[in-house]
Amino acid sequence: MTGLLTPLVYLLASVLFIVGLRFLSSPKGARRGNTVAAIGMALAVAWTVVLVAGRSTPAGIIICVLGVLLGGIAGTVGARRVRMTAMPQMVALFNGVGGGAAALVAVAELLQLGGQRPALQSGLPSVFAIIVGGISFAGSAIAFAKLQELMTGRPITYPAQQVVNGLLAVLIMALAVALLAVTGQPAVFIALLALALVLGVAFVLPIGGADMPVVISLLNACTGLAVAASGFVLDNFALIVAGTLVGASGTILTMLMGEAMGRSLANVLFGAFGSVKTAGDAAGPAGERSVRTGNSEDIGTLLAYSRNVVVVPGYGLAVAQAQHAVRELGEQLEARGVDVQYAIHPVAGRMPGHMNVLLAEANVPYEQLKEMDEINDQFKSTDAVLVVGANDVVNPAAKSSPGSPIYGMPILNVDQAKTVVFLKRSMRPGFAGIDNELLYDPKTVMLFGDAKDSLTKLLAAVKAA
Amino acid sequence: MNQQLIVNFTYFVLAVFVGIEVISKVPTILHTPLMSGSNAIHGIILVGALIIAAGAQTPLQIALGFVAVLLATTNVVGGFVVTDRMLEMFKGRRLGAGGNSGTEEKR
Repeated sequence: MTGLLTPLVYLLASVLFIVGLRFLSSPKGARRGNTVAAIGMALAVAWTVVLVAGRSTPAGIIICVLGVLLGGIAGTVGARRVRMTAMPQMVALFNGVGGGAAALVAVAELLQLGGQRPALQSGLPSVFAIIVGGISFAGSAIAFAKLQELMTGRPITYPAQQVVNGLLAVLIMALAVALLAVTGQPAVFIALLALALVLGVAFVLPIGGADMPVVISLLNACTGLAVAASGFVLDNFALIVAGTLVGASGTILTMLMGEAMGRSLANVLFGAFGSVKTAGDAAGPAGERSVRTGNSEDIGTLLAYSRNVVVVPGYGLAVAQAQHAVRELGEQLEARGVDVQYAIHPVAGRMPGHMNVLLAEANVPYEQLKEMDEINDQFKSTDAVLVVGANDVVNPAAKSSPGSPIYGMPILNVDQAKTVVFLKRSMRPGFAGIDNELLYDPKTVMLFGDAKDSLTKLLAAVKAA
Repeated sequence: MNQQLIVNFTYFVLAVFVGIEVISKVPTILHTPLMSGSNAIHGIILVGALIIAAGAQTPLQIALGFVAVLLATTNVVGGFVVTDRMLEMFKGRRLGAGGNSGTEEKR
């Protein structure tokens, strides 16, 4: 009876995952979609508990209950406490633990063989799950540390780095072959897991903080595939389908992000982007040219008497927790009859769609958020653009100087507006580490300071105007 | 080659196509929730973790099983809860003023 029901339950769970993801195609149904997927998960897990209850060891029951309990608490507390700005590293963390679990499941499966060489059909996916899951776990941990600023966000490079990584990869392959063809001794696959962890660390170290979301998305796909591989080992339909869905989704997202940054995946992964100050022709001697700095009163008046204002929010806004301040300023301007819109670059914030989450949190009306393609033609007729904590996504070098590292990245055409106001902490270049020509443009006004403070001052100035 | 392997492979290939089909329809604004939502879905490895942990006997198996269940549960629960938190903020703001009374009160 249970034998017949099991595939049906796992099929139902898989269908719920697909339906859940399908609901994510509109903001309205998205939350329901997440709930649907969660129900599918609860169903699959509950059924598994029923299945294994009969043949578990006392120790097995204890570790299952304890693991679920502690994991549940850790997951809930982490997810409830995390700030919306810290979402990318949280996703990295949850992704990493999944990858780690997939690797451990494969290790445990191989252990059961008692040192025998595994058959190819279960051995191959096991080896895959150990390697990919291990890389995902260690890589995500480094990604988390970089984004959480537990370590430097700059790329960490050393001589012959790619050679070392290449050697690591070769060593892993050799161990994998040994495991499949020669011996199934635990020492071999534990060494395999250890090396995969080392490679995960070594692979993410040279990648800069700005590129971390791409890495996280890629590692997300990796974990998905590792889970699917575990599904092959356990002959489990739900694991195969769910893991593969995530593998596909992570792959697509990774490619979309690369596109939005105008760079190839290879460049992101192996380019050590932002490590050295690029000797691009765009980057002149920053200190020697003058910029126009304004005071909040003048800029407030300027905004108050504009017909239309486009706000370009960037990661600096998120760091300063200024999403509520920007919404208040927007409302004040709207109340004066100024048309206010928000231009959202695809990689604004730190992940695609991250800025939408942050502004939604601050109750910015959904209709005022415009995507890049939607708003780019409107800058020509825009009186004032307010750039809050963004830099690279409005840097004209992406269009005009082929030597620039960000050349080819789609940007917001802010330079076409009549006036551009930059709220920045300092003249420090953005994540990509390149100077922005637009800052020195005569039509640009700078207002230095913390984004939140500056916005509060502007709000007062607009009220007074 | 065994029959089950072919069957598994069939599931895999079909799931690739379903995945691509479904994910391509998600708009950019929802990509962050999508990433964390799909993240939660690969927490299905919890099923595998429970299967191996339940039968654990040796100390090594017990340790492995425990860590696997712990990590997988963190993945599942954390993933779904955090996605729900994000999506909650998207809900009900399509109608502007009517959808969210909080905004109105603060004005």
